[in-house]
Amino acid sequence: MQNQFLSEKRKGYEVLMKALMLLSVGLTAGLVLFLLVYVLMKGIPNITWELLSTKPSYLTEKIGILPDILNTVYIVLAALLIVLPLGVGAAIYLTEYASNRKVVSIIEYAAETLSGIPSIIYGLVGMLLFSNSMGTCLLAGALTLVIMNLPTIMRTTQESLKTVPQSYREGAFGLGAGKWRVVRTVVLPGCVDGVITGAILSVGRILGESAALLFTAGFAHTVLTFPLGMKSPGATLTVALYFYAKEQGEFGVAFAIAAILMVLTVLINFAAALVQRYFAKRRSL
Amino acid sequence: MKKQEYHPFEDNAGEFQDKLFETRIEAVNLAYKKAPKSEWAKYAERMIHIIFLLLGLITVGCVLLITVYLVISGIPAIREIGPVDFLFGREWASTAAEPRYGILPFILTSIYGTAGAIVIGVPVGFMTAVYLSKLASPKVKSVMQSAVSLLAGIPSVVYGLVGMLVLVPGIRKVFNVPDGASLLAAIIVLAIMILPSIIKMSVTALDAVPKEYEDASLALGATPIETYFKVSVPAAKSGIAAAVVLGVGRAIGEAMAVMMVAGNVPNMPDSLFQSVRFLTTAVSSEMAYSSGLQQQALFSIALVLFLFIMLINAMLNFFLKQEKE
Repeated sequence: MQNQFLSEKRKGYEVLMKALMLLSVGLTAGLVLFLLVYVLMKGIPNITWELLSTKPSYLTEKIGILPDILNTVYIVLAALLIVLPLGVGAAIYLTEYASNRKVVSIIEYAAETLSGIPSIIYGLVGMLLFSNSMGTCLLAGALTLVIMNLPTIMRTTQESLKTVPQSYREGAFGLGAGKWRVVRTVVLPGCVDGVITGAILSVGRILGESAALLFTAGFAHTVLTFPLGMKSPGATLTVALYFYAKEQGEFGVAFAIAAILMVLTVLINFAAALVQRYFAKRRSL
Repeated sequence: MKKQEYHPFEDNAGEFQDKLFETRIEAVNLAYKKAPKSEWAKYAERMIHIIFLLLGLITVGCVLLITVYLVISGIPAIREIGPVDFLFGREWASTAAEPRYGILPFILTSIYGTAGAIVIGVPVGFMTAVYLSKLASPKVKSVMQSAVSLLAGIPSVVYGLVGMLVLVPGIRKVFNVPDGASLLAAIIVLAIMILPSIIKMSVTALDAVPKEYEDASLALGATPIETYFKVSVPAAKSGIAAAVVLGVGRAIGEAMAVMMVAGNVPNMPDSLFQSVRFLTTAVSSEMAYSSGLQQQALFSIALVLFLFIMLINAMLNFFLKQEKE
């Protein structure tokens, strides 16, 4: 053993640091485990088919979260539909078209700034920008989320574009293809993994978002249809959770929603890891 | 373009690759410009170029739009109330007969809350990161990294809910205070919420420390633990500083979880057990029913919060740039 030659002081340092590290790791792991088990234990008994398939009714005084589930799905769909083309386009401009370094660094700095802005500020600006003109509605919420998720999609796409070998592009140009054709046939297929990863991360972020939606998408619990319903206000699962827990004290329903969100978070993390592993393997072949 | 050479001893391989990549793009662009094309093809390509340029500039537009909107809607109230009365006024009574709009309590609460979260969260996150980066087996590392990702993905309202039902009653019982919804509860929730950012970023920074540094230290007779803390950590200090700054940004911007556990009364944060309101929660708790000067004052609070965030972003960029160098 090397340890027996150490002075008392160094031995003490060794033991102390090791203990602190193990304590911290234990604390972190315990925390994750506790949150997972606690929320699921409290939430799953409260999830019934009736809760999932009805809307809240004042007559029977029962709460149903069907409208909230639908609203969440609509907002995710609408936000992704808008943000994906924008984010991918921006990433393509940065890696394929931009030749001015200054422009690139300004755009990248703007993207970093956007990802640092807290969601409550997005909520406020979304309210000023969208809700004041089109009213409090799901579409206003979705547009706010588009701005929030733009940097994520941009970054993941950009990273995957960098892995498309430069010789592919040169080969295509050599065969006489125009720039746009090269982008469409060589570059775009190469960034599929970045787009998918970005989309999964964005779905996770949208599912968990609440502060940005409070003042843009509203609190309503009516069953809406897609896409016409986007013009009406509606609460997503997170906003409904906040509303039931803080304003109404309905903790059973709140925990049921929390458990659903928890399961979705686990699934999304799993999917993101899976996609990354799949594409890493394919790339190395 | 400046001529760049690859120096095997200066370890600028990555930079060199980037430069090479850029040069090749430029060459292709040039060759493309010189190639003979029909008028129509030239025109179409130009249009497409412009479309992509516009897409690229959207982020810049968004940042400008957010800044302009916040400044325009935030300035009037500050003007009317007076910047000194607004920033350093100790009382917030927006719905009183004679309304008072002093946001010093919110500013101090946000600063104390963030500082508290950093004091608790950084040591735990830092120690965890060193363990995961240097000591953990690959299996433990990958399991813990997915656990940390999960922690990052949990919605803030879920943190708020668990805080409301576990932490708040817990504080009430342990410290024997009338209400557990307090600054302390918010600090603990924030400390947990910033853990994942700190751990992830520190692990990345520590993983990037060249193995040779550690080998040299080990060869000189230092124990592995001494090496990690006295060689690897100082080598990764910019990255770890960036992780801390990122944590500060997360903590100061968090709204929903804090709203659910901090009690939300506009008190000065005199003690840990005081029910308090943060800058973020000040905006969200009154926005639904505010109008006139009160609403304008809320926008001014958002502007103050935005300035804090911009300052933190600038710091983050500074440390990240240092890390790269």
